[in-house]
Amino acid sequence: MTINSKIQNINCCDHIARRVGDIAPSGIRKFFDLLASMDGVISLGIGEPDYPTPYHIREAAISSIENGYTMYTPNSGIPELRQELSKHLKNTYNLDYADSQILITVGVSEAMDLAARALVNPGDEVLIPDPCYVSYSPCVVLAGGVPVMIPTCEEERFEISAEKIEPLITEKTKALLIGYPANPTGTIMPREKLEEIVKLANQHGLIIISDEIYSRLVYDCEHTCIATLPGAYENTVFLGGFSKAYAMTGWRIGYAVGPASIIAAMTKIHQYTIMSVPTMSQVAAVEALRNGETSAAEMVADYNRRRLVMVKGLCDIGLSCFKPQGAFYAFPSIKNTGMTSEDFAHNLLMEEKVAVVPGNAFGRCGEGYVRCCYATSLKELYEALERMERFLKKRGASQAATFQV
Amino acid sequence: MLNKILRLLEDDGRLTPEQIATMLGTETSQVKELITQAEKDGLILKYKAVVNWDKIAEEQVWAIIEVRVTPQMKAGFDAIAERIYKFPEARTVMLVSGTYDLAIIVTARNMHEVASFVTHRLAPIEGVQGTTTHFLLKRYKEDGVVLDDKNKGMRQKVVL
Ligand SMILES: Cc1ncc(COP(=O)(O)O)c(C=O)c1O
Repeated sequence: MTINSKIQNINCCDHIARRVGDIAPSGIRKFFDLLASMDGVISLGIGEPDYPTPYHIREAAISSIENGYTMYTPNSGIPELRQELSKHLKNTYNLDYADSQILITVGVSEAMDLAARALVNPGDEVLIPDPCYVSYSPCVVLAGGVPVMIPTCEEERFEISAEKIEPLITEKTKALLIGYPANPTGTIMPREKLEEIVKLANQHGLIIISDEIYSRLVYDCEHTCIATLPGAYENTVFLGGFSKAYAMTGWRIGYAVGPASIIAAMTKIHQYTIMSVPTMSQVAAVEALRNGETSAAEMVADYNRRRLVMVKGLCDIGLSCFKPQGAFYAFPSIKNTGMTSEDFAHNLLMEEKVAVVPGNAFGRCGEGYVRCCYATSLKELYEALERMERFLKKRGASQAATFQV
Repeated sequence: MLNKILRLLEDDGRLTPEQIATMLGTETSQVKELITQAEKDGLILKYKAVVNWDKIAEEQVWAIIEVRVTPQMKAGFDAIAERIYKFPEARTVMLVSGTYDLAIIVTARNMHEVASFVTHRLAPIEGVQGTTTHFLLKRYKEDGVVLDDKNKGMRQKVVL
């Protein structure tokens, strides 16, 4: 009894570490809860492939389990996977990564966290594009760093540039954390602009953390891997994964490759916090790298068709949208509706049961936009577009918008 | 381009030329032309729905019949295949390699009708040496569609 009453006196909230408590609870949590409670919703809010993992990859994992391959693996990953990855990076980008430069992680998610923790001292600044994937800022904050946002805009296709970055650099700036093709915008970066950014980073001694999880999902163009640019290899931590290319989001596997010293530091954290990535997932990843290209190519071709349907559909119903060249997101402007992105998403959900993600979830510069993921069946895409058109027509906002190519 | 159009239509015969043109990044008029030509040339034979008959309480049985035949002097297997495919009960007739020669898919209202088709129509054909009839018990996947997809609804509603 006495023990119980003592426990009740403790206000647990007071015990939460400040750097965790300080991370603002996501404003759209309520929206998600509402969404979760509703039936019959077409969700364009799901940022993952709508395919299950190709069967041959699943089978590889099944047989690894059947064969009892279920123990811990070496901290940095099973040798077959590191070798296969090294070969893959050589074949795809002509990049050489030695064994000591490769770490297999629990998704790009872990890789990003490790990179931030391995590099950031308290108060160090990390430059991050706005809008961007929701984890970038929290990762930096949790590592004790200070995120400094690089504003971007639709007129410039949400691209960053050396000119935008330079004035933000201080003596505290440690690194750039960027990711292209980008979530939520679908932006890819022109090679020349990246080259200038690399040059700038080198001038100021900055590390580039490059999240290239969507590298396989590019359309009508080739992916530029930052580490291949002149002067980039030596200071780039290149994060890549399996989640999007091979529809393997639930396997929780990815990798970090880069300068041996940084990878060693990241491995140290990984060794004490994760030990090793689930063994079956590593076996599955080996199979993905060896034999997954055909399925990946088919999925990309399919995303591309849906991308074209989505972008044209959005423009036809009056939401202007630049043509994204990567990932599986369209990021239309909803400014002409007069609503905030949260109101837009909320009203659309309530009135037409279509879920999109308010752009402000991805940063201040995302306000006025919503993220529509087109990794969903064509049938649902057409239906969603019809519902959105009805929603807009009610407000007299639906006139075909300019179709920017 | 034509192949891409055919692939899309094979998956969904109700796609409009406009939709196809958007997906392939081409002109609607070109898609229309190619489809019209493909229909004329017999590349597209017909448009149909894939029906889940198991959900429909209508008496209907399906059977796969293996047929072993003696090929005929000049016409080989074709002449016998032609005689067989003229029966409306035979939905699909294929020449296959292996331990038998023709595979026939038959639908009828009941087992009795299938039996009667085999004994009265198929067996008496000259050159037919023997048949094996397999009645369809359950359908799992039809034309690429899994009928009872257990994975549906497993996705989260939102993933940032
Ligand atoms: C830009 C970006 N980076 C990283 C991730 C997480 O990837 P992983 O599944 O490899 O942890 C996501 C997932 O949505 C993403 O959109």
